[in-house]
Amino acid sequence: MAIASAERATGSVHLTGRRLPRWAPWALAAASVGVGLLVQFSGITAMGLAPGIVAALVFLIGQTTASGIVEGRRHAVDRLATTLVYTTFVLALAPLLWILITVTIKGLSVMSPEFLTGTMRNINPRDAGGGLFHAFIGTLIQVGIAALIAVPIGVLAAIYLVEFGRGKLAYFISFFVDVMTGIPSIVAGLFIFTALILTGVLEQSGLAGAFALAILMLPVIIRATEEMLRIVPNELREGALALGVPKWKVVLRIVIPTAISGIITGVMLSVARVAGETAPLLLTTFLAQSTNFNPISGSQASLPTFIWDQISRGTNAAVDRAWGGALALILFVLVLYAGARLISRYFAPKTS
Amino acid sequence: MSKQIDIRDLNVYYGDFLAVEGVNLTIKANSVMAFIGPSGCGKSTLLRSINRMHEVIPGAITKGQILLDGEDIYGPNVDPVLVRRTIGMVFQRPNPFPTMSIYENVIAGLKLEKDKSRKESMDDIVESSLRGANLWAEVKDRLKRPGASLSGGQQQRLCIARAIAVQPQVLLMDEPCSALDPISTLAIEDLIRELKDRYTIIIVTHNMQQAGRVSDNTAFFNISAVGQPGIMIETGPTSEIFTKPQNQQTEDYVSGRFG
Repeated sequence: MAIASAERATGSVHLTGRRLPRWAPWALAAASVGVGLLVQFSGITAMGLAPGIVAALVFLIGQTTASGIVEGRRHAVDRLATTLVYTTFVLALAPLLWILITVTIKGLSVMSPEFLTGTMRNINPRDAGGGLFHAFIGTLIQVGIAALIAVPIGVLAAIYLVEFGRGKLAYFISFFVDVMTGIPSIVAGLFIFTALILTGVLEQSGLAGAFALAILMLPVIIRATEEMLRIVPNELREGALALGVPKWKVVLRIVIPTAISGIITGVMLSVARVAGETAPLLLTTFLAQSTNFNPISGSQASLPTFIWDQISRGTNAAVDRAWGGALALILFVLVLYAGARLISRYFAPKTS
Repeated sequence: MSKQIDIRDLNVYYGDFLAVEGVNLTIKANSVMAFIGPSGCGKSTLLRSINRMHEVIPGAITKGQILLDGEDIYGPNVDPVLVRRTIGMVFQRPNPFPTMSIYENVIAGLKLEKDKSRKESMDDIVESSLRGANLWAEVKDRLKRPGASLSGGQQQRLCIARAIAVQPQVLLMDEPCSALDPISTLAIEDLIRELKDRYTIIIVTHNMQQAGRVSDNTAFFNISAVGQPGIMIETGPTSEIFTKPQNQQTEDYVSGRFG
């Protein structure tokens, strides 16, 4: 403070300050990694410190201290915060990349035309070969039917909540949507199992599985659609109403087209989310080793239950097939995500 | 073609809150009426109640009468949708429909609610409406472009074209120039003077020079305190309101002594 005021008195103002050289953080990072490796090989790991954590700590403390001495407190805090943000970002991303890489490597080892077109019919668990065609067809049918059930109900419920719902009924629907969001997926399966399968309304089948998946999709679709409808500016609704357009047409022709790209994204994401559900399907579709195109009769395989089935058999060949199934499932979800992005870009309101 | 509006003992509420109290006012056909007054005095609320847009807000109601050539727009069996077709509105912020082209924006009101008595082709309606809004020359070569691609002033004139395309008899304008630059404002003020031949126009404005330039009559509104209802203090020919107002509050406001 004293220096600053003295400078101000003489009329000279410094706009530059002392900074660490550009190479300093990189050098410090290299040194930190060195320390980490040293810990690894010197056997001081008795403290339970992993080398990565040691390296990160050395870097954090070293950089903050150096910066504090050379550049001052503000820069030191800035560098500390920046480093923390990047570190947590890497930490959050690491498991995802790890999973993707592992699944890709292990899954690719069994990928073959036969694996994609074959089924598990008459394949001994100990033998290599077989395929997941029956599971892929099952997933397509079950998720497709679930979407056919849940999308119209979910989108219309969201439209009711945002555009028309007032008072107690809207409040209760909104409340129960929140409750539904928290339903564990196995409970949805259990519900369909006791309510429809044990009572003999349905046999274990793709349709029963689709019902369970639809229950899980509903709250996701309602919430996503609600969010999208709420960000449509009220001025557009008023602009259309003031032209003498009835409310239902305002919703149908102005509000929904404006929000449609977001709604489609939400729907696709909800589909992607239930495509990987396993527990409810185990209770409703059971397991199958061959292709069943009929959703209302007989057990039907699906990608998640295929993975579960193969893992539980425990043989090397079966576990390999499980990895292949996992890769196929991830690719399927990836395609859905990519499709959602493309479709939403196509429908988004254009400004030029 | 255009119609006279008589407002009688009108109270406008938001739920229990009385926002505007006891308004009695006549707006003659083919004239421009300006509503002026400080923020929060209920000008916009009153304006919105004239085409029943006020009640779109949950809990918002009105009591009293608004007569359109003698017919109460709040009468039993009156369809608010039909009221809004007869009494068009232009909002403070330009709000073209983002999913539609310029062309589609102009005919949005017609396309969304078909009027079978109209014989002209859609192309003719688009051209005459855009000409009416002084926008035709600027956009005639790019009617298929999105409405949102226009500048703010052009968007507002597009909204005016959209409002006049459904052939209303009264046009309500809620601070139509507050988001615009002086040149766009001038274009819209010129437009208001032209539109007067065919429509009855009510304009809310914070700009007293604007009220002086475009309106025939002016109504001044005020509130005694925050939380109190807005009331109409005085109305009369614009020249008189600005030069020799009857009420001290009006004189203070128009001479810039408060607010």
